[in-house]
Amino acid sequence: MSLSDGDIATIWLTLRLATTVTVLLLIFATPVAWWLARTMSWFKGPLSAIVALPLVLPPTVLGFYLLLAMGPNGAIGQFTQSLGLGTLPFTFWGLVVASMVYSLPFVVQPIQNAIEAIGNRPIEAAATLGAGPIDRFFTVVLPLAKPGFMTATILGFAHTVGEFGIVLMIGGSIPGETRVVSVQIYDHVESLEYAQAHALSGVMIIFSFVVLLLLYTFQRKGKAVGMTYGR
Amino acid sequence: MNVKKWLCFILLSALALSLEAKLVHVAVAANFSNTMKSLVKEFEKTSDYQIVLSFGSSGKFYAQIKQGAPYELFFSADQAKPDALEKDGLVIENSRFTYAIGRLAVWSNRPNFANKIKTKLKEGTFNKLAIANPKLAPYGAASLQVLSHLGLTDDTQAKWVRGENVAQAYQFVSSGNADLGFIALSQLLGRNKMQQGSYWLVPRIMHHPIKQDAVLLRSAEKSQGAQVFLDFIHTTKAQNIIAEYGYLMSNRLNTEQGI
Repeated sequence: MSLSDGDIATIWLTLRLATTVTVLLLIFATPVAWWLARTMSWFKGPLSAIVALPLVLPPTVLGFYLLLAMGPNGAIGQFTQSLGLGTLPFTFWGLVVASMVYSLPFVVQPIQNAIEAIGNRPIEAAATLGAGPIDRFFTVVLPLAKPGFMTATILGFAHTVGEFGIVLMIGGSIPGETRVVSVQIYDHVESLEYAQAHALSGVMIIFSFVVLLLLYTFQRKGKAVGMTYGR
Repeated sequence: MNVKKWLCFILLSALALSLEAKLVHVAVAANFSNTMKSLVKEFEKTSDYQIVLSFGSSGKFYAQIKQGAPYELFFSADQAKPDALEKDGLVIENSRFTYAIGRLAVWSNRPNFANKIKTKLKEGTFNKLAIANPKLAPYGAASLQVLSHLGLTDDTQAKWVRGENVAQAYQFVSSGNADLGFIALSQLLGRNKMQQGSYWLVPRIMHHPIKQDAVLLRSAEKSQGAQVFLDFIHTTKAQNIIAEYGYLMSNRLNTEQGI
């Protein structure tokens, strides 16, 4: 019961995908979360609903519509083709885009909650002391909202690692490009190779446990040093 | 009043139980779902038994049946799963038989695109070639045999995209994401189906026959329904429906000549 080269390739690809998606999502979701946490606009409700929508559809159904949308006749497909990028299904970056849609609520919401919990006072206090908006974000908001960012990172990463339905629909199971661990485990199960399925699942569970344990331990320490101000 | 209520309840439950006894639970491989629906429609016209269909992948059904799923009949997409169930002792002896033999087609959702298919595959004038995952789906394994028979494996390999099964290969082509795809002929034929695009029917000699086997499961020992339905599958009427959907019958294999 050991992992084949094919299995190991899927592990690396999955880690690459989950890391890429998490980093991009943190960059993309932070302004969205910031805006949602601080705005008084009427558009807050509709935007919050849009962010939560990927939770509503089953992943394979969401994947099916992404396949149509990102295909040569779909809106996203037409757009990427006009940029000369071709179409996204069956590519690594197609999976990245799809995973970002799928994991968006898991990253936006913890950050939004954390920023809301800080409230206006620390930010206004910093402003009276002469800190500019960017300074305020990096020296006040970011440290205070750190637990929220940690949770967002963990959920975004774990959710992408565990993603299956969407990848199955738009991936095309291309080795080294779109064949991730979840699909590989599924293939093993479907072809009755239960021993390989168990081995790969076991490795993934142990690895994920270790990563999550490290992150949570790190987070606890952060809190103990006095990161709880304002909460 | 209370007694009356109870009597009603008991009567109704008894009625429900007697109806229940007429149900036959059947697990069907996804590629055969449309054909099976037509078969059941025909069967239920003349029978008191009610067929309850579950559609899914053969691998999942195998795992579920091993864990005691209540199916009485299993129509697999291949021979491997019924064979494995037989070895596990979960099958009524000598009940296994080939109910259909699949035909492969190379399909494009554009008119005339599948013409001169060998040249097209050789020259690579298409974006992607969708195939069912050869490891999972017999149609996928047969697709690879066809490509190797044509000597086109190396030329096309970089353009393969694998669907979990033929249904997904079909989706890849119908959504326009792949120009060409190996799919089951049964997906293009059948009742009330509009033909779209163009296809090349793969000659039978280019791959091993895609035999799909069915078995009577142990849970069918208690009831007659499953056997009655199996008998129906063997009638000419049923066989004609199966043929109409683009499958070959095992007993016609020798008499019918290649296209």
